[in-house]
Amino acid sequence: MGYTILVKEELIPGQTTMMVIDAPQIAKKAKPGNFVMLRVGEKGERIPLTIADCDPDKGTITIVYLVVGKTTAEMNKLKQGEELMDVCGPLGRPTHIEKSGTVVCVGGGTGIAAMHHIAKGHAAAGNRVVAIIGARSKNLLLFCSELSSFCPEVRIATDDGSEGHKGFVTEVLQDILETEDDIAEVVAIGPVPMMEAVCRVTLPFGVKTTVSLNSIMVDGIGMCGACRCTVGGKTLFACVDGPEFDGHQVDFTELKTRLWQFKKQEEESMELFSKECRCNG
Amino acid sequence: MASKQKKVRARTPMPLQDPVARGSNFNEVALGYTREQAILEAERCLQCKKPLCRDGCPVNIDIKGFIGRLVDDDLKGAYDIIRKTNSLPAVCGRVCPQENQCEGVCVLGKKYEPVAIGRLERYVADAYAAESACEEVTDLSTCALENEHIKVACIGAGPSSLTVAGYLAGRGIKVDVYEALHEPGGVLIYGIPEFRLPKSVVARELDGLKALGVTFYTNWVGGKTITIKDMLDQGYNAVFIGVGAGLPRFLGVPGENLVGVFSANEYLTRVNLGRAYDFPEHDTPAYKARRVVVIGAGNVAMDAARTALRMGASEVSVVYRRSEDEMPARKEEIEHAVEEGVKLRCLCGPLSFHGDNQGRLKAMTVQKMELGEPDESGRCSPVCLDGETEQIQCGMAVIAVGTRPNPVLLEASPELELTQWGYIRADPETGETSIPNVFAGGDIVTGAATVISAMGAGRRAAGEIASRLL
Ligand SMILES: Cc1cc2nc3c(=O)[nH]c(=O)nc-3n(C[C@H](O)[C@H](O)[C@H](O)COP(=O)(O)OP(=O)(O)OC[C@H]3O[C@@H](n4cnc5c(N)ncnc54)[C@H](O)[C@@H]3O)c2cc1C
Ligand SMILES: Cc1cc2nc3c(=O)[nH]c(=O)nc-3n(C[C@H](O)[C@H](O)[C@H](O)COP(=O)(O)OP(=O)(O)OC[C@H]3O[C@@H](n4cnc5c(N)ncnc54)[C@H](O)[C@@H]3O)c2cc1C
Ligand code: SF4
Ligand code: SF4
Ligand code: FES
Repeated sequence: MGYTILVKEELIPGQTTMMVIDAPQIAKKAKPGNFVMLRVGEKGERIPLTIADCDPDKGTITIVYLVVGKTTAEMNKLKQGEELMDVCGPLGRPTHIEKSGTVVCVGGGTGIAAMHHIAKGHAAAGNRVVAIIGARSKNLLLFCSELSSFCPEVRIATDDGSEGHKGFVTEVLQDILETEDDIAEVVAIGPVPMMEAVCRVTLPFGVKTTVSLNSIMVDGIGMCGACRCTVGGKTLFACVDGPEFDGHQVDFTELKTRLWQFKKQEEESMELFSKECRCNG
Repeated sequence: MASKQKKVRARTPMPLQDPVARGSNFNEVALGYTREQAILEAERCLQCKKPLCRDGCPVNIDIKGFIGRLVDDDLKGAYDIIRKTNSLPAVCGRVCPQENQCEGVCVLGKKYEPVAIGRLERYVADAYAAESACEEVTDLSTCALENEHIKVACIGAGPSSLTVAGYLAGRGIKVDVYEALHEPGGVLIYGIPEFRLPKSVVARELDGLKALGVTFYTNWVGGKTITIKDMLDQGYNAVFIGVGAGLPRFLGVPGENLVGVFSANEYLTRVNLGRAYDFPEHDTPAYKARRVVVIGAGNVAMDAARTALRMGASEVSVVYRRSEDEMPARKEEIEHAVEEGVKLRCLCGPLSFHGDNQGRLKAMTVQKMELGEPDESGRCSPVCLDGETEQIQCGMAVIAVGTRPNPVLLEASPELELTQWGYIRADPETGETSIPNVFAGGDIVTGAATVISAMGAGRRAAGEIASRLL
């Protein structure tokens, strides 16, 4: 009994893919900020992916992933109509959403997908959502039109200036913080260095800043401590205490170190997989 | 009396895999008795008029009875007696701390060595399964569901829930088991390593339950995918909670989040559930280091230490703040670990971990201890020897100093009353919680304990559920 891939769409071919998966029991319960743990097959590793969207009526959840290693590469070989072996969730604490005014949601790279569900939640709660999305280049931007459907403002930053501001999302954010003084909250999801930079920008303004930590996970239900991180000097488990935390309290240096724990094995795994792929055509 | 004059033979030794060879494989260490060895050992039993052994077993197996059948070479008879009160005999025969339970009170043990009850139980379970090739266990007609309108849900698929499922399914009640991980079995699958409890043995017991009509829903997280309230609303007549206590405790000393420091649960889950011993054939990686330190001295610590050896470490030491006599692990596991080359560094308490400039563990500092007065647990408490510390070089450290209740279900069910330590409050007789018709048992009620005590709790709750529903 697997979880059928109803839709597969390569948003950026070979790099970023969206899947709509048949998982009615998860769709019924999923809230912005939740994630799933999934396994591609019998011998696969459990990996966490954010629920980027869900449709409780159709019984589906949407995930968007960046192809970075063996598991995500293997997923990318699956076709529409095929199945993922295990999908478990919804996990983690949902985003704390209340009517609070203006919320700035910053997303970088694949993080834009995860940010999208949260931004949608804030908009549904009646908040004014300003979205800032960034990527290296125009063709790598995700969820632009989806965000535009509920955000009055979608600001864009690209490294090469091919669209919107030429530079980083943090520069756009700085600009907003300097011109508007009633920002209730900033939410940042993306690569660790981006989230860290966002926190540096918001700190002097004293604006509440929420980040979503992508630490390495094994079970995703609080039984192993693989995902532990230091927040406000305390050790917390990202899978059950998070994954969202007050960014100004997070020890990003530790997070970055812990993320490359298994670099050697990950590379070995990927290399073997690429070889096999080539052999099998 | 005849029995007193009879010369008592020594206990029949358990055939073991060679200590050197087994240090590099994950095959089972204890090989199991042959039929002849089993009968020889069974004949040592005195068939006491008042058998103490039975009271020493948390599920009160009629030990004298099944051993008697074995002497008569009646395997099926022996198996039937055991199965009456124990639904996982192949597991218990392997992992029960027999020295504190059945064998600890066997009369023979007063002057000689006790009857090897656990080994005999394992023999009966294994031999019966091999002989009947699952025919008895899986023959659907013997266990048709008679009361299908009654259904019970279990949350978690560890030994406590499996016992509830077996007991109720055997009485014709439909049981659905919801497990958060992708494989059922609880600690038997993700914690206890292959070399001590082969996955095939657990699979056999699970197949038996499936044949009885039990359905397993994996990837269902109680409190997230489905709540207790959802279950009652969906028409389950009773719910049993057996979610275990697997949340790892850390030491709270400096350097604990360095790369290379793991909880025993993470390390064992990667290797067992994730089959990291077969990396890269299986995708889950495990960390490797030449020198490994394990902190703690229970079964979990021994399992982690012996696993690290098999994963290729050249030096594995167990750091413990009391002495060897106080180690809480099963005696056999400590013996096997030492035989395999695990070093015991007793009377050392962890002080701090040190890393290199890349944040990787390279050493730990320990505080030397001596034994003082016995504490409330009756064990001698360790006392620091002022100023005496030592640095141990190590590339990996595994922390096995205990666990706390699994958090997810409890957080999602505020109506469940908890004890001051955060475990579920359940009636000791019936297992019922503060929510009517919702029961709990195993580690989530008692804190980390044993397989058989979790099964005992499952049995009591199942008995109560059956008496209410049938
Ligand atoms: C709560 C959470 C939500 C996430 N959501 C998304 C998402 O929506 N889209 C997306 O593209 N990525 C997401 N990630 C990251 C994603 O889990 C990793 O990219 C994925 O595990 C990589 O697996 P791999 O086998 O393809 O690559 P590997 O070669 O195994 O690893 C590449 C890198 O991914 C990270 N990683 C590896 N294994 C794990 C693991 N078990 N758990 C977490 N990280 C790991 C490590 O930093 C590693 O260096 C999320 C992570 C977390 C913790
Ligand atoms: C490494 C190790 C070695 C051990 N060695 C021995 C030994 O030699 N002898 C012995 O007697 N005992 C031993 N023990 C202890 C013994 O395994 C436990 O006491 C026993 O397994 C407890 O059973 P349980 O049914 O309470 O829960 P567990 O076996 O802990 O099972 C609980 C199950 O519930 C699942 N779960 C958790 N939360 C949820 C949720 N929200 N929804 C759905 N499912 C959930 C978990 O994934 C797990 O599968 C050992 C323990 C460990 C960790
Ligand atoms: S179940 Fe455990 S305690 Fe009971 S007889 Fe068997 S080995 Fe002994
Ligand atoms: S106490 Fe020992 S000798 Fe007596 S019946 Fe039990 S196992 Fe046999
Ligand atoms: S992933 Fe295991 S505790 Fe968070």
